[in-house]
Amino acid sequence: MSDPALAAPRTWRSPTAEIRPVRALLIGIAAVFIGVFLVFPLVAVFIEALRNGVGAYFGALGDADTQHAIWLTLMVAAIAVPANLVFGIAAAWAISKYEFRGKAFLITLIDLPFSVSPVIAGLIYVIMFGSHGYFGPWLNDHNIQIIFAVPGIVLATIFVTFPFVARELIPLMDEQGTQEEEAAISLGASGWQTFRRVTLPNVKWALMYGVLLCNARAMGEFGAVAVVSGHIRGLTNTMPLHIEILYNDYQWVAAFTVASLLALLALVTLVVKSALEWRFGHELTGGPR
Amino acid sequence: MRRLAYGVILSALVAAGVAQAQSVTLLNVSYDPTRELYRAYNAEFVKYWKDKTGEAVTVQQSHGGSGAQARAVIDGLKADVVTLALEGDINAIAEKTKKIPADWRSRLPNSSTPYTSTYVFLVRKGNPKNLKDWGDLVKPGVEVIVPNPKTSGGAQWAYLAAWGYADQLYKGDEAKVKEFVGALYRNVPVLDSGARGSTTTFVQRGLGDVLLSWENEAFLAINELGPDKFDIVVPPLSIKAEPPVALVAGNAQEKGTTKVAQAYLEYLYSPTAQKIIAKNYYRPSKPELADPEDLKRFPPVELLTIDDPVFGGWAKVTPKHFANGAIFDQIYKR
Repeated sequence: MSDPALAAPRTWRSPTAEIRPVRALLIGIAAVFIGVFLVFPLVAVFIEALRNGVGAYFGALGDADTQHAIWLTLMVAAIAVPANLVFGIAAAWAISKYEFRGKAFLITLIDLPFSVSPVIAGLIYVIMFGSHGYFGPWLNDHNIQIIFAVPGIVLATIFVTFPFVARELIPLMDEQGTQEEEAAISLGASGWQTFRRVTLPNVKWALMYGVLLCNARAMGEFGAVAVVSGHIRGLTNTMPLHIEILYNDYQWVAAFTVASLLALLALVTLVVKSALEWRFGHELTGGPR
Repeated sequence: MRRLAYGVILSALVAAGVAQAQSVTLLNVSYDPTRELYRAYNAEFVKYWKDKTGEAVTVQQSHGGSGAQARAVIDGLKADVVTLALEGDINAIAEKTKKIPADWRSRLPNSSTPYTSTYVFLVRKGNPKNLKDWGDLVKPGVEVIVPNPKTSGGAQWAYLAAWGYADQLYKGDEAKVKEFVGALYRNVPVLDSGARGSTTTFVQRGLGDVLLSWENEAFLAINELGPDKFDIVVPPLSIKAEPPVALVAGNAQEKGTTKVAQAYLEYLYSPTAQKIIAKNYYRPSKPELADPEDLKRFPPVELLTIDDPVFGGWAKVTPKHFANGAIFDQIYKR
């Protein structure tokens, strides 16, 4: 660009290229914002967790109630995520491969948990399954406990994580259309074979991505679970609830230790997500990023 | 992958089943500040019950705002015993579920209150604003931290203590009493929803000159966060907070735990338990059983009770002061 004849005239610049100070300012604002609101709090979690050394960190993890909270969180995710995996695939399949009445309405319904406050999500289950709820008396008679026990926590978690898998798959499957399936079937594949050999490989990365987000939310959910948990220590406290309890018990190191586990989970999710996007970005089209 | 998931679920269910079969389990649904007390007491009770009957018992704890906890029990939380902040909360369970007999207060000694507490002032070290009595709290420029009596059971005691003080000061002139209590709450910059929230606001966020706090919470805050930062000021007059306990007979019967649950509550009145109670900064209902050393930490204070004529018991207090549109709403709005 040293040739003055080739240089752009001083007054002209590309409409998308800002002058240098503006660019620096914009990048600076974004960086400071991300630093203050995202990176610093995340780092602070680990600083607080390790404040009294590594020994205290692992000591806090050795506590029986803490271990139970971790275990319960894993178990709830192990039920909620597969449930939503199955539902998500079924819903995405139905919506993208078939035409039927009320399709738009079904899509809206799937999105419902995104727009409903988690507290409401918890309360509806209390209203349904609580002692004075619609099914309360029947459940009481049959000695089935749903609210303030693990089933209630699982239900609330499934509700709030409902859309994640379906939401990832629908745009992609919509775009891919039905030709490949039609080809498979015309070549003699059974329905199940078509699904396993054609549909699933086409969406596997988007599916994994949805499962990842679903899992992160399932483990981190606070509001809905808080309403239906009953807060029984060592029994119905998930990790997020246990963090609050420890914090209010003046056990800050322990609280931040458990919080650091959730933060680690978030980091792992982020790394895997970035890796997926980097490697398979073209297969992950559509959907909310 | 799927097989693995099923395996995890199955083993989880099996583990849960085994855990339940091993021993008798009690669930104590309590309010917020009793966490440390019941942690100590439960360990002691488990030992006592094992020695006495040979039966292994596990006590599970649930803590939260007193009103919210009562609500949870009404909605089906299977508490064997409730140990809440307010008589009214237990009454609500009794009325709505019939799982607690209406005469529950007379079923245990001392009107079913094994321990009492009071409201004190927690101030910054050296008491820079020289706050000694309720009258000092309404002075301009004094910032008072106290939870909202509409949402926190404990905070109702603080409100009533202030009311009782003003009632004596103004010899029952209710207009002036209202004015006084109103002035106090106008000095509150943050009205948290629960006792622990207020403690955090005062202690951690450093807001306010004085925290109106349960006596045991004040001691705990000093212990946990350093005696070099705060002082406790006990006003000459305060209120006798009586957090009651009750057996949720309906639930215990269903679970077959009536005997051990009843013993759990009765043992609260034993010498061992009364000592634990005093150690955890609650005032024991039988002080003669507690360690004299621990009792020294409670300065003498004139305590009004809820049944004092100025209040007339919870049945009168709740509708008059805390119902929607009642006195608290009127004075806090102004």
